[in-house]
Amino acid sequence: MVVATLALVGLLLAVYLWLWKIGFLGAIACGSGSCETVQLSEHAVFLGIPVAFYGVVGYLAILVVSLLGLQPRWLERREPTFVVVLLSGIGVAFSAYLTYLEAFVIEAWCRWCLVSAGIILLIFATALVESFTARSTGSVLSVDS
Amino acid sequence: MAQSVNLKPFYAVLGVIAVAGGAWIISAGGGSSTITLPEMVTASAFPGYAIGSDSAPVEVIEYADFQCPACAMFAILTAPDVKSRLVNSGRIRWVFRDYPLPIHDRAPIAHLAAACAGEQGQFWAMHDQLFYNQGAWVQDRRPRRLFADYAQAIGIDAQGFDQCMDEQRHLDRIAATRNEGQQIGIGSTPSFIIGDQLVAGSISIDQFIQLVERAEQAATRQ
Repeated sequence: MVVATLALVGLLLAVYLWLWKIGFLGAIACGSGSCETVQLSEHAVFLGIPVAFYGVVGYLAILVVSLLGLQPRWLERREPTFVVVLLSGIGVAFSAYLTYLEAFVIEAWCRWCLVSAGIILLIFATALVESFTARSTGSVLSVDS
Repeated sequence: MAQSVNLKPFYAVLGVIAVAGGAWIISAGGGSSTITLPEMVTASAFPGYAIGSDSAPVEVIEYADFQCPACAMFAILTAPDVKSRLVNSGRIRWVFRDYPLPIHDRAPIAHLAAACAGEQGQFWAMHDQLFYNQGAWVQDRRPRRLFADYAQAIGIDAQGFDQCMDEQRHLDRIAATRNEGQQIGIGSTPSFIIGDQLVAGSISIDQFIQLVERAEQAATRQ
């Protein structure tokens, strides 16, 4: 449940940044940060696609898998947790790379990007703990969905 | 023994987060408010770059920044429709006013390039060049070289253009126009004054037409 909630928040954030990047929103709400500098840099596009869109796809995938994992038929299986560990692990690596770019290449900080990096790290840590807990206790929950 | 967990409250919480987040994103996309234009703006020393008939019943004033992605999005996706459906048919007169945002380091020189092209009657051609090529000059270390290329592409006198750029002839006027915009409540770009409505954000052609229709009705009542 924690993972699904975090994934939903991350998804909303990624959608916001993506919509801004493709021009559907006016000024970016960033306070004193340098979101525009980061979002307008050449590093805000990866393989021709806005970086934020990868976030949309990634968070959506994690949200779907984590919700599936709560369903009775998947609850006793470990696969959903492992898939979330894998997806969020990729997300953490990508976020670490983007944070490095902000710090040393662009030399500007986008606070929403940092929040997103924090969220994906929390998802990864939570899923990792869940995967170890499930393995060691073999606990079983049943769910009324 | 298996524990039974009811997921319905959890789904409700997710739903609330989704709705609240969606509302926040939509509200961040701008909005509209009714304004009354101060005398000093309606009687501005520089009224802006206009296209369309002087006798059009509705005047639309756009405040935009050439370095703003949302402005480029509007210029590329929506403005052609606005011109063909509203300006060319005589329903609106469209006025462009400079609003270079302080966070955009290259906006002042881009607005200067447009103003210098405007000296030779080619403001709108340079306006299109700047928005359609925004991705290129924003990332170029010496955007002025590209502006000179755009000037050549639209067939304006290079010497006159360079001289105007060297003298930074219109920078003070651009800053003054921006300050006027700030005084009437422009806070982001693009922003549009359509009749007595101030609308922020890259609005769609359908929203644009609806606002123009409201302004037309208001003009008819007066």
